[in-house]
Amino acid sequence: MTDLIVIGSGPAGLAGAIAAAGTGLRVTVVDEFIRPGGRLLGQLHQEPSGEWWNGIKEAEKLQHEAHALGINIRCGVSVYNIETAEAGWKVYTNEGVLEAPFVLIATGAAEYPIPVPGWTLPGVMSIGAAQVMTNVHRVQAGRKGIIIGANILAFAILNELQLAGIKVDRVVLPEKNAVSRQAGEPEAVIRSLLNAAHLAPSALLRFGSRLMKNETIRNIGTRFYPKNGLKINGTPLQLRKAAVEIIGTEQVEGVRTVDIDAYGHVIPGTDRLYEADFVCIAGGLYPLAELAAVAGCPFEYIPELGGHVPRHSETMATPLPGLFVAGNITGIESGKVAMAQGTAAGLSIAKQAGKQAAASGRQLEQAIEHVRTIRQQVAIQFHPDIELGRSQMNEQWKAHEGTSVQPGEKIG
Amino acid sequence: MTRIIDHAILGKLDSLKKVSFQFNGKSYEAYEHETVAAALLANGIRQLRVHEESGTPRGIYCNIGHCMECRVTVNHQPNVRACLTKVEEGMTIESGRRHPTPLKKTEGLQ
Ligand SMILES: Cc1cc2nc3c(=O)[nH]c(=O)nc-3n(C[C@H](O)[C@H](O)[C@H](O)COP(=O)(O)OP(=O)(O)OC[C@H]3O[C@@H](n4cnc5c(N)ncnc54)[C@H](O)[C@@H]3O)c2cc1C
Ligand code: FES
Repeated sequence: MTDLIVIGSGPAGLAGAIAAAGTGLRVTVVDEFIRPGGRLLGQLHQEPSGEWWNGIKEAEKLQHEAHALGINIRCGVSVYNIETAEAGWKVYTNEGVLEAPFVLIATGAAEYPIPVPGWTLPGVMSIGAAQVMTNVHRVQAGRKGIIIGANILAFAILNELQLAGIKVDRVVLPEKNAVSRQAGEPEAVIRSLLNAAHLAPSALLRFGSRLMKNETIRNIGTRFYPKNGLKINGTPLQLRKAAVEIIGTEQVEGVRTVDIDAYGHVIPGTDRLYEADFVCIAGGLYPLAELAAVAGCPFEYIPELGGHVPRHSETMATPLPGLFVAGNITGIESGKVAMAQGTAAGLSIAKQAGKQAAASGRQLEQAIEHVRTIRQQVAIQFHPDIELGRSQMNEQWKAHEGTSVQPGEKIG
Repeated sequence: MTRIIDHAILGKLDSLKKVSFQFNGKSYEAYEHETVAAALLANGIRQLRVHEESGTPRGIYCNIGHCMECRVTVNHQPNVRACLTKVEEGMTIESGRRHPTPLKKTEGLQ
């Protein structure tokens, strides 16, 4: 018998399982990847303090804690449906149906694709794929790569590829179109990178923080952005070049680019071909929330959180009884925030399950407070207006409080 | 592709036990506990299948189970994600093939 099924063994799912099991609940965690940890696996960056954040180590710590509490972690198990049962929820997996009164969905985030012509060629992958290949599987993604898309995740992973001795020839933007939108506009890209200055390449940071706060100077700065780009540990960041096609027959052979102006318009006659044997597309992250939709959870559209997000409270409850969410499914943030949210979810579930003594209201309050504190401290912030997004969700939650929602009745 | 045996921060690879598997009838070596996608890339293979209708080559895209681009046939079970499947001793893996489209006019179908 299981009291709680956790879907996803990332930082949110594992922390949630640990907090719940700590109060005496019986917990099963399922995850479709080959080992627990979610997207912690592969993360590797230096904190402002100089210490390394090694996600693999963090995942191992959580895994040991979970095992010590008797939590059953099942890897290689994919969930494809959730339905209400007589007492709680039925969770459909490739290894059969599980049932429990409580379910915590912690499925994390996925990457937005940017369909550049030629992107289906073998050797083209998402930036996260290169991270996992390099740091988790320890196989080089290729000999010489080009990154399309300049955002915070692209820089974090560029650094990881360089650490592993993989040559990244250059970072360019996607061509501006209906899909890439602002990711194809140098001016907008610079603005968003400034908000993430602590992780931005140091040259840009120096260049940026002094000059670029002022809008006029920022515009001039983008216009006169060095044609060959600023170098990040030897890799040019070419904000004034856009990828128009990925070339190759059986697999990637190179990328065709054009020069662009500060607003992403193509400058005619500037075609260039750069050789590469792998290409990474960095399109940004969105909450992976299908399972909450299938269960019938209402959604809110909040761009600051990464798009469509299941409606939830600060205690990580959804409007559906027994169904909770935590981590990137509730909005794109760093691993530490996901972990703190997981703890809040676990305690909140314990409280509803009647484990009052162990999970006193005070403990839950503290866990919620901790989420806010961590949010302000983290080194990586994916959206500059995350706080605004979080308060919008809280308002939506309050506005709908008391209205009943039938499971499976409303999708999206 | 080259394996990253020594890493400045992550350290040395420890589990180096080898297993052998077959891909499209040829034998290859992999490390125990790695995914089919990683083992194939380490052997220099990027193409996992062809598009069922157009026949154009496909490899991994997301590497974590989201995109379904890496579908292969594992021990006769079709549509298995290579990026989520651990390679095992004696495993036979086939790449997906092009399907006939008799009701559609397709040029160049053999
Ligand atoms: C490619 C990528 C790279 C990232 N890199 C960084 C980084 O460098 N630094 C940083 O701070 N943040 C990074 N993030 C953000 C990251 O999402 C958070 O740091 C954190 O890992 C989120 O935790 P989580 O527990 O919500 O989800 P995740 O860590 O994503 O874990 C979700 C888990 O759920 C599993 N899952 C999903 N759907 C199913 C299903 N249907 N059935 C079974 N299992 C399922 C997945 O296999 C996964 O293990 C990255 C995100 C992505 C997508
Ligand atoms: S590469 Fe995307 S599912 Fe395997």
